[in-house]
This record gives sequence, structure tokens and C-alpha cells, in this order.
Amino acid sequence: MQERENTDGFVVFDHVQKSYDGETLVVKDLNLSIGKGEFLTMLGPSGSGKTTCLMMLAGFETATHGDIRLDGRPINSVPPHKRGIGMVFQNYALFPHMTVGENLGFPLEVRGMGKFDREAKIKRALDMVQMGAFINRRPAQLSGGQQQRIALARALVFDPSLVLMDEPLGALDKQLREHMQFEIKHLHDSLGITVVYVTHDQGEALTMSDRIAVFNDGRIQQLAAPNELYEAPQNSFVAQFIGENNKLPGTIEEIADGRATVRLQTGEFITATPVNVSQKGQPTLVSIRPERVEYMPERLPAGAHTIDAEVLEFIYMGDMFRTRLKVAGTDDFVIKNRNTMEQRRLQPGEIVKIGWAPQDARALDPL
Amino acid sequence: MSDMTATTTSVSEALTTADGRPLKAALRRAQSLAKRRAFMLVLPLLAFIVVTFVMPIGELLHESIYNPDFHDNMPETVAWFAANPPSTVPDEAAFTALADDLKTSAAARTVAQVGTRVNYVMPGTRSLFTATGRKAKSLQPPYKDALIAADPKWGDPDLWATMRQVSSSYTADFYLAALDHTHGPKGNIVPVPADQAIYLMLFERTFLVAAAITFICFVIGFPVAHLLSVLPLRTSNLLMIFVLLPFWTSLLVRTTSWIALLQREGVVNDVLVYLGVIDAHGRLQMIYNQTGTIVAMTHILLPFMILPLYSVMRPIPPSYVRAARSLGATSWTAFRRIYFPQTLPGIGAGSLLVFILAVGYYITPALVGGASGQLISNQVAYFITGAGNNWSMGCAIAGLLLAAILILYWVYDRLVGIDNLKLG
Ligand SMILES: Nc1ncnc2c1ncn2[C@@H]1O[C@H](COP(=O)(O)OP(=O)(O)OP(=O)(O)O)[C@@H](O)[C@H]1O
Ligand SMILES: [Mg+2]
Repeated sequence: MQERENTDGFVVFDHVQKSYDGETLVVKDLNLSIGKGEFLTMLGPSGSGKTTCLMMLAGFETATHGDIRLDGRPINSVPPHKRGIGMVFQNYALFPHMTVGENLGFPLEVRGMGKFDREAKIKRALDMVQMGAFINRRPAQLSGGQQQRIALARALVFDPSLVLMDEPLGALDKQLREHMQFEIKHLHDSLGITVVYVTHDQGEALTMSDRIAVFNDGRIQQLAAPNELYEAPQNSFVAQFIGENNKLPGTIEEIADGRATVRLQTGEFITATPVNVSQKGQPTLVSIRPERVEYMPERLPAGAHTIDAEVLEFIYMGDMFRTRLKVAGTDDFVIKNRNTMEQRRLQPGEIVKIGWAPQDARALDPL
Repeated sequence: MSDMTATTTSVSEALTTADGRPLKAALRRAQSLAKRRAFMLVLPLLAFIVVTFVMPIGELLHESIYNPDFHDNMPETVAWFAANPPSTVPDEAAFTALADDLKTSAAARTVAQVGTRVNYVMPGTRSLFTATGRKAKSLQPPYKDALIAADPKWGDPDLWATMRQVSSSYTADFYLAALDHTHGPKGNIVPVPADQAIYLMLFERTFLVAAAITFICFVIGFPVAHLLSVLPLRTSNLLMIFVLLPFWTSLLVRTTSWIALLQREGVVNDVLVYLGVIDAHGRLQMIYNQTGTIVAMTHILLPFMILPLYSVMRPIPPSYVRAARSLGATSWTAFRRIYFPQTLPGIGAGSLLVFILAVGYYITPALVGGASGQLISNQVAYFITGAGNNWSMGCAIAGLLLAAILILYWVYDRLVGIDNLKLG
């Protein structure tokens, strides 16, 4: 969704903290503003506080400190059933003693909607997820993917403007997951709802989201659009967490004109873009994407530093080659190349010169 | 081509293994060993159940319809009854048979048994048999006059009708009696006089008391089980010990402590008097009556309600209620529409368990029930161990109880479905 009318404001976390036991903070000073109609993903490793944030938003946990605002009004004291937020749970939470139709009718019934209107809405919601034929089944008689669709339909049937999804696709196989990702994204686009989506699958996050909030240790490490997150990670954690990355530890030798010269542990020098390093002598971790490393001299950008590398392993992956090298003392340096006609296959034992454009090497804080 | 067709047909008719044996037979052979092994494993349990459960219950049911005391000890009289239709007026031959039987059974010291058997149906006749039995040796023919001279009751046609009735070893009399019915003068079935009818009233009271106990257990147990199921496992395990604590104390100790609490001079009355709720003369009678039975049995049976409920509630994930709340339900609606229906199997199991145990409970009503708290099982005990000394009657009541519980089970199965039961 590019047409965000009100970028700061539909959902706002304002200095929110959360502690379950009064000893440790599970969420530390969360500030997040989600625009209307946005698809925002919370991505992070297990235990980083994603579900906790979602539960605070839905009203099942109270923030220990700070404000949560929905459409401008604080909702800390609004009980869950008055928030009007649709929610898809990780285990779907379809009511096992009710049929699909009754499950979908439930939110409408508690809102006092008449039988006639209810049936029309249920039918519309089921058709939306192509499950119209299953209205009389029980959840136990549905496959995982079908249950997932029903859970989605149930969260949408009462027309909430905000829908929360906590790892809704976690239990599905890869193919079905990819299909459902597409469908959820499609529903989001066509209904214009705001979605807060939780996952720890970075691929899912990258393909679906308008923006991604990368969580770690109760903090947002970076909040950015997928391409920015991938290409310009702001710190080592994000660089590690999103996609594959080569890391070369070293110290800053010089910073000038947006270029940093880094002295690697083995004494070589490389150039990198300084991101969150500022002064000479600082330890740093230089991060380079495997697909941005070149070893054919004619492809290297002018003025790029090169460095000697020893080929350890060559793996043929069909559409790609993956080569593991020993570079500056680290032996898990990986490069990836597309399998094209002119690509040369490296042989184990070979010594090559590798290089990259300086903007692709990012000097980050050491982890 | 024809070969292929043949193969296809044979496949569709009967599948065979690689060496040509029918697949079904091969499968059966392969499974029979596993089945036999499994059977061997359960054999000890099976034997145990047969010896401790099936046989005693069979014996009980048999005993309730079988009483040979008259039949075995009065063979000639029995033969006369068999030879003559029921309306025959007893003639000299009948009295001769009776006198001979009395002589032999007096000699064998079994005349009291015979008298007891007749006495079950016609009260007051036991002494007739024992008294005449003592004089049996000196009886001289003609026996009709001699016996009537010994006691005019011997001429009573009702007595003869009764003797004919008890002359068979197998009888449904005890079931009739346990249902407050008896044989009328013409052999038809009539209710016993109102002042002797107790069993139907006791059955009714037993079921009402059991229903009350089940209901109270449910009302108390449901919140407790719910609390246990939402607490962290460590805390709930600790609290579970308190639920199970009653099991660790002797039944007698627990029941006695209720006496200490509830009696007229007991702790509860003392506290009420001290607080001025009641005055010293108005102390409440809370024990040795139905209240005492209900209170003490509720206490004893509560764990049987809590445990199945807990085992059903524990695995219900909190996300169901959360989902309901996020869909717009108030917490009460979420409980009523989402949580409660999912606990029904536990409620069914707990209620059935408590009810059946309560229906058959004996020791507690005997100790704290007084007169109004006696249940049907106390009658069984009375007949089998106590002064009643009538095994057949006790067994007939127990048999009716068993039938009632089987009916209950059947009704439950029809209404709820027995596969919906969850005991743990
Ligand atoms: N009800 C609770 N009581 C106490 N601690 C909790 C509770 N729920 C979560 N935590 C703790 O809070 C931290 C964050 O949990 P949370 O469920 O938010 O993580 P998450 O990011 O959703 O992880 P995952 O990806 O595994 O779902 C964890 O360390 C967890 O142990
Ligand atoms: Mg989670």
C-alpha cells in the first residue's frame, strides 16, 4: 500500500514498556507508529517480544508503562471486546464445538446483528477465502490450510479496520504458506485494512510487508521498508537476521567523505561505508551480501579494493553457484553467483582476488 | 491380451501376496500372533476382573432370585404341590407329606430355615414351624387333625398358598418386595400396605440425595478446577495436593471430624451461638439427618468431580477465550458460549462418577445419616450383615440399584454420548 494517508497515527505505541515478572523488561521502550492501511510486520527471533506487543494491542496484556493509541484515542483501559480489532491466532483458535458458519457468525451475533444480515456477511466472508462450500463443517474436519482461511475470514467478517496476525502461517507447509502469503496480501490490498503481522520467517516478512520492524531483545532494531532493510541494515543484528551475510571483523583506520578504511584482523585494508561507526580505532564488523561479491576482475567497479581469497568449496545449486572461501582468516565467507553462460566455476584450492563496490560493504557496530 | 484381462479380474476379486496366498488370510495370520501376545498381556487383568467383579455380581444376581430353603428341606410337600393344582384343598395326603417333612427337617435341624423362608412372605409363621418342629416326633396319624390340634394355623388356606409360593427355589418375590409389592390372596401382585412400604421411598430419597450431592459438587468443583487449570503448573500441582488430601485420610476419621464439627455441641453450633446468630436453645441439628449425609458425602466425593473437570480444562488453550473476546464477546459471553461448552465432557464424567458413587455409598450415611439420612445401600447392609439376615433381599435391592445405574448410563449415552466422557 503506497497510499498511506496518515503515516503517523492509526496505531501508535508511545514509550511502551512491558514486564511480566517485575524484574526483566520484555518490551523496552517501544515507539512505533503504524499508518492506516499499512501492512506492518514484526519480525524477530523467538522470545523477542513480538507476541507480547500484539497482545498489548489486542488488550490481553496491559502495558507496564506508556501509551497505546488506536485511531487517536488511548486504549489502555478499553477492554478487548470493545477494541474492534480482528485477530488471527497462531493455532487459529477456531471454536471446536461450532461449525464454520457458527464460528463466523459469532462476532456478528455478539454485536446483535440479525440472522438475515449475518448469513449474507458470513457468505461474503467465506467466498472471499474461497471456502463457501465448507460452511457446515467443523474445524476438526478441515485441513490446516483450510482452517487458516476460516480463521482469516472470521477475523475479517465483522469489518475491523485493524487486523492482527500472530504467525498465522507457521503451521503450514512451504507451498501452502507461499500461496496464503499471496492471498493475505491480496485481501489486504483489496480491503484497505491495516494489518500488523508477526512472523519469524524473514522471507515472509520481505514479500508481504510495507514496512518491517525487526525486533530483538525487546527493542525495535530497525524499522524500514523491505528493500531498505535488506540493502541498508542499520546494525549487525539486522544484517545477520535478514538474509545471508558475510562478516569481516576489523578496526576503523580512517573515516573520510563517507568512506571508511577498515583494517582487518590479518592486516589487509578494505573500504566500506560507515553506518554506525564514527571514529578511528573503533572495532567494527564489515558486512557484505554474498551476491554482491565479485571475483571476475572485469566486473569489479573501478577503484574497488580487492583481497586475496582461497576457494574451499564449490556447491552447485542449479540456478546458483555457492562458493565458500577463506578470506582474511575467516573460512565461512560465502559468495553466490547466478548460473550464467559466462560465469567461471571456481575450483577448490584456487586463489582468487575478490572485491565489491564500497557501498555494498557496510561497517557496522561489532555484535 | 487375454492374460492381462485374467490378471486384472483376479486382482479385483481377491488380492494375493507375492507367493500367491490370499492377502486377507496372510494379513490375518500376521496379525494373529500380535493379537495373541496382546491378549496374554491383559490376561491377568481379565482373570482378576472375572474373579473379583463378574463372578461376585453374577452370584449376587443369582442369590437375589434363588432361595432353596423350603424346596430342599420339604421334598414331600413340594412333591404334593407339584402333583396338585393350586386351588386344591389340602387333604390328608398333603398333611402327611407336611408332617413327614417336618419330622425329617426337625431331625436335621433345618426347620428354622424353612420357617424363615415362609416368614419372609407371611410374617409371624417362623415360630409356627419351630414350635411344631419341636413336637414333630410325637405327631401321630391322622396328621391333618394332629397338626391342626398342634396349632390351628396349619389349617389356614393362606399359609398353604404361601408354602406353595415359596416351594420353588427360584422366585422373583424378593424383587417384588424390594419394590414394595407382594402377592395378593389370589396370586396377583399388589402393593404392600402403606405402613410397610419403605423401599421405593428409600430409592427415591437415594436418587434425590445423590443428585443434590452431584449438583453441589459441580457448583463447588467447577471454579476450583478452573482455577487449577489456569494457574502455572507448579502452583496448580501444589493446590492439587489439597484437593487430593481427603484421599489421604481415613474415611472414618473424616466422617468423625464432621461429627465433631456439626453436632449440637459441635464447633459450628458453638460459633453460631457465640456470634449470637442462634441462641443456646436453638442449636441447629446438622448431623444425624439428611443434611449430615449431604455435607459429609459432598466433602468425600468432591475430588471425583474436580479431577475430570481439571483434566478437561487444562488442555483448553486460553486462545479460545481470547479469540472470542477479540471478536467482541464480553467475558461472560465468552465463558458461556466458548469455554463452558468445551468443559461438558468433564462435567458429564464428573457428574456420572459422583452420582454413581453417591447412590451406592453406605458408610457415611450409616455414621452421620441418622434416620432421615439413611439411603438404600444401608438397607442392603442391613439385610446382608445386620439383623435383617436375608441375603436374597439384600441382593435383590443391590440388583435393582445396579439396573438403575445401567439405565442411567444408557440414558447418558443416548443424550450426551459415552464417547464424550473424559475421565483423565
Ligand atoms: N505470560 C507470560 N508470563 C511471563 N513471561 C512471559 C509471558 N509471555 C511471554 N513471556 C516472556 O516474554 C518474552 C517475550 O515473549 P513473546 O511471546 O512476546 O515472544 P515472541 O517474540 O512472540 O516469540 P515467538 O517468536 O517464540 O513467538 C519471552 O522471554 C517470554 O518468556
Ligand atoms: Mg509469539
